[in-house]
Amino acid sequence: MADGIKDKVAIIGMGCNKFGELWNQGPEDLIVEAFKEALEDAGIEKKDIQAAWLGTCVDDVNVGKSAVPLSTALKLPFIPVTRTENFCATGSEAFRGACYAVASGACDIALALGVEKLKDTGYGGLPEFTTLMGIKNRLISPNITAPGAFAMMATRYFEQYGLDPEEGRRVLARVSMKSHHNGALNPKAHLRREITIEQALKAPMVAWPLGLFDCCGVSDGAAAAIVTRPEIAKKLRADAIYVKALQVAASPGEELNYTKWDGAHVETTVRAATRAYQEAGIKNPREEINLMEVHDCFSITELVTYEDLMISPRGRAREDVESGFYDLDGKIPCQPDGGLKCFGHPIGASGLRMIYEVYKQLQGKAGARQVKNPGLGLTHNLGGFPSCSVASISILGN
Amino acid sequence: MIGIKSYGAYIPWNRLNRKAIYAATGWFNSFTLSYARGEKAIASYDEDSLSMSVAAGMDCLRGIGEEEATGALEALYLSSTTLPYRERQNAGIVAAALGLPEEIRTADFTGSMKAGTAALLAACESVQAGGKSAMVCSADCRQGKAGSVQEQLFGDGGAALLVGDSGVIAAFEGFHSIAADFVDHRRADTDKFDRAWEERWLRDEGFVKFIPRVIKGLLDKYGLKISDFAKIIYPCPYGNVHASIGKIAGAGPEQLQDNLIASVGDTGAAHPLLMLAAALEEAKPGDRLLVVGYGNGCDALIFRVTDEIEKSRAGMARKGVKGYLARRRELNSYEKYAAFQGILPLDLGIRGEDIPATAFSLLWRERKAVLSLSGSKCRACGTPQFPSQRVCVNPECGAIDDMEEYKFAWRKGSIFTFTADNLAVSGEPPAIYGIVNFEGGGRFWFDFTDCELKAVKVGAPVTMSFRRKYLDQGRGVHGYFWKAVLND
Repeated sequence: MADGIKDKVAIIGMGCNKFGELWNQGPEDLIVEAFKEALEDAGIEKKDIQAAWLGTCVDDVNVGKSAVPLSTALKLPFIPVTRTENFCATGSEAFRGACYAVASGACDIALALGVEKLKDTGYGGLPEFTTLMGIKNRLISPNITAPGAFAMMATRYFEQYGLDPEEGRRVLARVSMKSHHNGALNPKAHLRREITIEQALKAPMVAWPLGLFDCCGVSDGAAAAIVTRPEIAKKLRADAIYVKALQVAASPGEELNYTKWDGAHVETTVRAATRAYQEAGIKNPREEINLMEVHDCFSITELVTYEDLMISPRGRAREDVESGFYDLDGKIPCQPDGGLKCFGHPIGASGLRMIYEVYKQLQGKAGARQVKNPGLGLTHNLGGFPSCSVASISILGN
Repeated sequence: MIGIKSYGAYIPWNRLNRKAIYAATGWFNSFTLSYARGEKAIASYDEDSLSMSVAAGMDCLRGIGEEEATGALEALYLSSTTLPYRERQNAGIVAAALGLPEEIRTADFTGSMKAGTAALLAACESVQAGGKSAMVCSADCRQGKAGSVQEQLFGDGGAALLVGDSGVIAAFEGFHSIAADFVDHRRADTDKFDRAWEERWLRDEGFVKFIPRVIKGLLDKYGLKISDFAKIIYPCPYGNVHASIGKIAGAGPEQLQDNLIASVGDTGAAHPLLMLAAALEEAKPGDRLLVVGYGNGCDALIFRVTDEIEKSRAGMARKGVKGYLARRRELNSYEKYAAFQGILPLDLGIRGEDIPATAFSLLWRERKAVLSLSGSKCRACGTPQFPSQRVCVNPECGAIDDMEEYKFAWRKGSIFTFTADNLAVSGEPPAIYGIVNFEGGGRFWFDFTDCELKAVKVGAPVTMSFRRKYLDQGRGVHGYFWKAVLND
């Protein structure tokens, strides 16, 4: 195997907006705000940045195509800027681009910034996904929405592990309840109210068996990271955070077009995680990972991700959910910042928002939700549908 | 011998009790009370004459073994007065949906309630002229204005007949036609609804005079007596008038084929063919059937049932009139009916209004996938896949460009997973869709239709049905694709 990325890149500054329905902020506002915080945190100047990556996904309704929205908003002085897009894993792709550039020696300091302005569509939920999959798919696919696509995985999961739908929904409600608890502690979260399991179970159905509280919010936001090589980072700050692994896996189409996939897990997560653990030198993730930010677009996604990341045994994530294993005071706190559940999911920003939380936690700067002495944190950023997905995993440590 | 080789029917799942119609609109026209008996069949929000013609055609071909029949067909005639396109041949869409070869003749028959029998005659004559087989698909989906008699009488449904020169179940033995510009009702090119003349006139001068006249002309032409026929099949939606026409023609009540008004409604151009399909379900070898199409004149046809009829009915996958009558849902909502018919505009919201343009170059390139539900099968490993792939999807195989065409439309499937989505745009929310595994291999996701959530289960069997997927009124596009229907 190749050397991998481990300890070749350090994060020296990050920024993340308060996410929400930011009716009075456009993409420029979101970009500038996240960038300002990252720049101040890194203690460098704009002219020190030699290359930049912009992550933004749903170009029709918000930011626009190409690198230009970023370079013009920040007045970057004719440096190389690249736009990345990989469904909901877009933010992680921007980060990966910047990290690989630094690791290759192509530049010393690079910026990754993810942004999405969703609340200009005039309706709830994400824009129609079938328009994102090419015009042929539009003619032959149902009008699948994100909740519907993930609800189909819940149906399979319940079927495969013999969970009565009511029982299964209760487990999922417990997942969301935990995230709302954490989000309530986070001043940057969009949704900051605790919920009860009963409240979640009684909420309106969005896509059977997923109810309102099984779904993440829809919001506007941006997040940014400034990365460099370790030798430069050490001169700039003592608490830089180091990249231990960066892996992406894209679906070859066999989940939807071949009959082997069980529908109750996300294969790309398994593949990306396997490679990420190898890259980071992790043998037993359940014992070595200290906190996680996973792609909880829906409660069921978080549940199967516990298993796909090989933290909970296959089919038995429920036991860890119910025992509080993933709670803020549990063995591996998951979604300490409140997750997509409480931040909402401005697509291009989410992957970087996850990294932001892990970065702050590893530096011990997470305030009321600080996890005790974490050494290794993992982010999991999932794009597409369970049956056709892109999974991106980052492992960070100090 | 030439004649009918197979028959098929299609009656939509939704039925509306006519009392519900009267309860909703009787305040406006209390006269419709006398028609408020029985129920009518209603096309769902995703059905139209074209999709129902395909469904009837599939039922007909299932009655003979679809693989063999589709390959041998030389002509497909479509008849309806409510076709979605005035220019873009509707029969061509039906032929593609049925997976027929492109080297065939297709034509639309329209403009009159006798368009169904006109198409059937044309099919018989195509075979008489030396063809091997020709199929007629017919469906209608006519709308009456709220509070009208037509609203009570019209129903939606279709029928199909396969005509050929071998394996004949009902031999074609003669015909007689009358053409007359008798305008009892009409619909101009810009009209959505029928305009009718006074009912007494259209009954007493129309049905009651023309149908006995064409029957008499037919009997005279072939030297036959009315008693030579086991069943007399003619459309007339007015119950007592239907009976008195038979009396005038000299037929006994036992000779009259049920007009299906109490159970289906008047299915327009398709109606005589639907009644003929119902008659063939009961006919005995040797029976003579007299079929009349009525509308601006008449066509009358003679068929004689052969010994093959019993073989054709036994062990085939056809549902027929009886099967489709048994497969039903009580709609119990005039408002839902009005919405399905497009009379009641629903607030689809921004998500629903936003219909992207249809790329016809793409549709042509992908016609096998979109219209025929054909994919590919890997010659190297045998894996069926939809849509067709250049590189085999089986991770153990991965063969490149070693595929043959593979039809999914006729295959049974089972539900692998599903959801009921309240966010997705649907004509009847929640949108129920899921992933289907096909018998023999292959998997894809589909909308489910004609089902309620409580009946949808992992593992439940489904069949595929050609439906209208979207209606882009701004650009004049009726878009079609296949949906999964739960067996029942």
